[in-house]
Amino acid sequence: MSGRSIVRSETPRGFGLVLVALAVAFLGLLVLVPLAAVLGTAFQKGFDPFWNAIRDPDTLSAIRLTLLTTVIAVPLNAVFGVTAAWAITKFDFRGKSLLVSLIDLPFTVSPVVAGLLFVLLFGTRGLLGPALADTGIRVVYATPGVIIATIFVTFPFIARELIPLMQAQGNEEELAAITLGANGWQTFWRVTLPNIKWGLLYGTVVCTARAMGEFGAVSVVSGHVRGLTNTLPLHVEILYNDYHQIEAFSVASLLTLISLVALVIKKLIEKKGLISAHGG
Amino acid sequence: MNDVAVGGERVSRRLSLYTLPRMLLGKRRVLPGLGPTLGFTWFYLSALVLIPIGALVLKASALSWTQVVAIITNPRTSAALMLSFGASAAAALINTLVGTLVAWVLARYRFAGRTLLDAIVDLPFALPTSVAGIALTYVYSEHGWVGGLFAKIGVPIAFTRLGIVVALTFVGMPFVVRTVQPVIQEIDVQIEEAAASLGATKLQTFTRVLLPMLGPAIGAGFALSFARAVGEYGSVLFIAGNMPMRTEIAPLLIVSKLEQFDYAGAAVIGVAMLTVSLALLITVQLLERQVEKRFGGDPS
Repeated sequence: MSGRSIVRSETPRGFGLVLVALAVAFLGLLVLVPLAAVLGTAFQKGFDPFWNAIRDPDTLSAIRLTLLTTVIAVPLNAVFGVTAAWAITKFDFRGKSLLVSLIDLPFTVSPVVAGLLFVLLFGTRGLLGPALADTGIRVVYATPGVIIATIFVTFPFIARELIPLMQAQGNEEELAAITLGANGWQTFWRVTLPNIKWGLLYGTVVCTARAMGEFGAVSVVSGHVRGLTNTLPLHVEILYNDYHQIEAFSVASLLTLISLVALVIKKLIEKKGLISAHGG
Repeated sequence: MNDVAVGGERVSRRLSLYTLPRMLLGKRRVLPGLGPTLGFTWFYLSALVLIPIGALVLKASALSWTQVVAIITNPRTSAALMLSFGASAAAALINTLVGTLVAWVLARYRFAGRTLLDAIVDLPFALPTSVAGIALTYVYSEHGWVGGLFAKIGVPIAFTRLGIVVALTFVGMPFVVRTVQPVIQEIDVQIEEAAASLGATKLQTFTRVLLPMLGPAIGAGFALSFARAVGEYGSVLFIAGNMPMRTEIAPLLIVSKLEQFDYAGAAVIGVAMLTVSLALLITVQLLERQVEKRFGGDPS
């Protein structure tokens, strides 16, 4: 249970003030100042340059690819998260702890290594490359590669949110529903899903933010084809390297805005205590 | 003593009256869906994670040991690996010290702007790394708001190794704060009062009572932030300058090897990094289990 009632929360005095000042200075220099720099540079010449950068055809096609990627990757990972959490929390089976560890694996794999995995598998000199070339399907340096790499890096987010939550909730309600004659699907839709909906939303928000913002893995598999395999984060890099500073920071502001919205939703869910089992 | 008790409990639970009916009923399960859900889970995991990793290992294992050693000990490769691990360790260390302080401040003090401060801790996690990269480069370059001040005292940040450490500190920061903060919140204030009433000074209470309690969480935070830093690419790309032998990190070297179609070389460095990730993942999970044992409500 949350120990909020026993925690002392005091107004800082003396040494406490020093600690607070240090924390503010650290987070200010590391996070707040760069955040202000992004927004400040994007809008330094007013709203028009920002707007022109956003409605540029290359930016619009990057927005489209980012949305397409997100719309495919997030629901797939949500279905996986719910399925995996159901198997792991409702049953005992051999290899369960191994499975839980393996689900975490993409968290610790470098995004560049993640991209490398799919180049080695689907690239022209990769394991499945020759077979793919025969069918005429391109994965690497094309949209499917971008989507697969995004699925990989956002793989654990929803499952990781749901597993501890469903573990804490136990099986009693589902058992009661089954005993009263509900079938599996009814039990899931009417009992389990309402219980986990906030946790599922929380995981989905985190997963969406990450899917829209992934850079390293997508950069390796995309081949940087402007207007074709460029997502928003990649477009920021291209604009920046072309010395289009205001444009780069404008697209960066758009991405910053998206992550700020995600953060606000996340905080709201946390604040309402809607997922009480969060963090154990 | 403890081990015997734990072992005894396990044995008695296995044979208790409650579990006996279930044992007699055999493997009949009440809740449906184990087969399809577990099957799909393993399928999805294999298709997207296990088989691709297998392909990487296969690619690297096609080389002989001497070839592998030659790739790893190549001066440019070993410089990149050393830089990646060194800078990541430095960043993780900074995050462990300052991140624990931030966690403490957020958990224990009430002040104007606390909510905002608490909220921006998560920003490095949510912000795309290319955005972080150009923002940090802008602020910490010679003409930047912060970098300019440091350049005046003769410490340039962007395009040096120090810049790499700044970027890696940025991306790893939330991991320490968010691992340590909930544990500080769980510590009963009575424990500190007990220490104080027994005559401990504030410093003694911190080093002898609180620090040992926070130990596993701080360790997990360090490992998580280190793991994130070792693999980081996007934010470092812009601030590092990317000079071979000097400011080129290992993930960047993988990218440049791929651009030269040196797939085997890229695979070897990839496997080396993957091995480190695996070791870190196991460390984190062991430490998290310890945190749970001390503070978690896990009854088993």
